[in-house]
Amino acid sequence: MEIPRHWRLNQQRYGLVGEVCPHCEAKIFPPRDICPHCGGEAKTTYAFNGRGEVFSFTTIYEAPTGFDETAPYTVALVKLEEGPLVTAQLTDLGETRPEIGMPVEMVTRKLRSDGDERGMLIYGYKFRPVMR
Amino acid sequence: MTDIIIAGIGQTPVGEHWDESLRSLAVQAIQAAIKDSGGLKPQALYVGNMLAASLSRQAHLGALLADYAGLRFDDAQHKAGIEAETVEAGGASGGAALRQGYLAVASGLVDVALVVGVEKFTDVIGPDLEAALATLTDADYESVHGLTLTAQAALLARRYMHENHVPADGLAGFPLTAHANGAGNKNAMYRKAIALDTYQKAEPVCEPLNIFDVAPNADGAAAVVLTRRELLPKDFPHPVVRLAASTITSDTLALAERSDPLWFAAAQASVEQAFQKAGITREQVDLFEYYDAFSIFAALSLEAAGFAKRGQGWKLAGDGSIALTGQLPCATLGGLKARGNPGGATGVYQVVEAAEQLRGQAGANQIAGARYALIQCLGGPASIAVTHILEKIGD
Ligand SMILES: [Zn+2]
Repeated sequence: MEIPRHWRLNQQRYGLVGEVCPHCEAKIFPPRDICPHCGGEAKTTYAFNGRGEVFSFTTIYEAPTGFDETAPYTVALVKLEEGPLVTAQLTDLGETRPEIGMPVEMVTRKLRSDGDERGMLIYGYKFRPVMR
Repeated sequence: MTDIIIAGIGQTPVGEHWDESLRSLAVQAIQAAIKDSGGLKPQALYVGNMLAASLSRQAHLGALLADYAGLRFDDAQHKAGIEAETVEAGGASGGAALRQGYLAVASGLVDVALVVGVEKFTDVIGPDLEAALATLTDADYESVHGLTLTAQAALLARRYMHENHVPADGLAGFPLTAHANGAGNKNAMYRKAIALDTYQKAEPVCEPLNIFDVAPNADGAAAVVLTRRELLPKDFPHPVVRLAASTITSDTLALAERSDPLWFAAAQASVEQAFQKAGITREQVDLFEYYDAFSIFAALSLEAAGFAKRGQGWKLAGDGSIALTGQLPCATLGGLKARGNPGGATGVYQVVEAAEQLRGQAGANQIAGARYALIQCLGGPASIAVTHILEKIGD
């Protein structure tokens, strides 16, 4: 079972909680305690607002175990308003064809269900289109 | 420092070897490399492997392969096998294992090192194979979102093509070159040239990538024997090829954590360091074995190595520059795309092929008079970059 591994990430998965560097003010996601920009210690938590735009995207047809039942699905690099990129699925697309630059916002959805882990479900962030 | 020599090379054909196991493939390559070296006795074995623990349910390859290859000490007092361990650096595992062999021999602590890269893909297929491959991405921030290695490359390709106004078939020249060159390599998985129109009609895999933009995962093993120049046998039968540089650099594991995803910073750094170490300039490079696991990687690697300006690497594929007859021949024996991509063995295959070129053993694909070969393998989107330079010294 991998419950503790996922439980440790709840703040990131549900709240996009990262860090802000007290030295250079860079916003950091995911949190890593050492600022990747200036190398200083960065342990001040910072919750991202969940808004951003699509930096790139693709659709996966041949999915790994745990995702194969939901394939095809679309994954993206989302550029958050505060700066960092984040990898996540796009959801609630309906008839919308994703494109680079499309504004999106964070929602919480089921990420995967793992047959090997007796129905353990993992929830976390995905991004959906926002109307301009 | 004394010259470190590629004394022996060996390889199995790359393909779907249903009748061969991880260990049988590795042993074949090891035996071929030792024989090619004139029978040098290795004192240490470095195994490059990426995923045997999940694909073959087999970890601890050092002990297994040293034993099965019969790598024991000669003298009666040491009834034991030689030093042996696995080196893992994702898709760059083979190159990283070679780097360990280089360090060992260069340090003087090991006289003869054996490096073998091996991967056995075809025992696992479908979603379980995708899941195993996805362990090479960031588990907490990439694969948990369903990202795969191919999708990661597709994200790069989409953005690259958008920013640089690359037409839909703009990357075609990479697989076309690879397949044309694979035709001349008897160990290649695909030995048939393809036409542009075949590429244009190919089935998409992960848009904008189609099946020809993704190198096939395959089974295979390749090995090299390294020693110092003064330890070569007197009747050494080959032109002497030295390992002129060996460098490894790293970048973020997760693609999203880079401020500039379209720039392979680690690849650039490892190439620059390698040129410095070898004392050559990029103009002296006679051939470049780049890491074309995906067409977009080839474009970004050409840019990182300084052979093209940023955003222009894709143009070298279309204008003949990277063909066997071009300014900078690349993937000269088929590259990952046509020779096949046997995971942790790939970096060793690249070095075996480059050594064949410098020795003059590359047959129909021979680059005449080649003296310097630049070789690079990558783990993920250049999360690890391993660069080697081979130099032919005398005959
Ligand atoms: Zn900082």
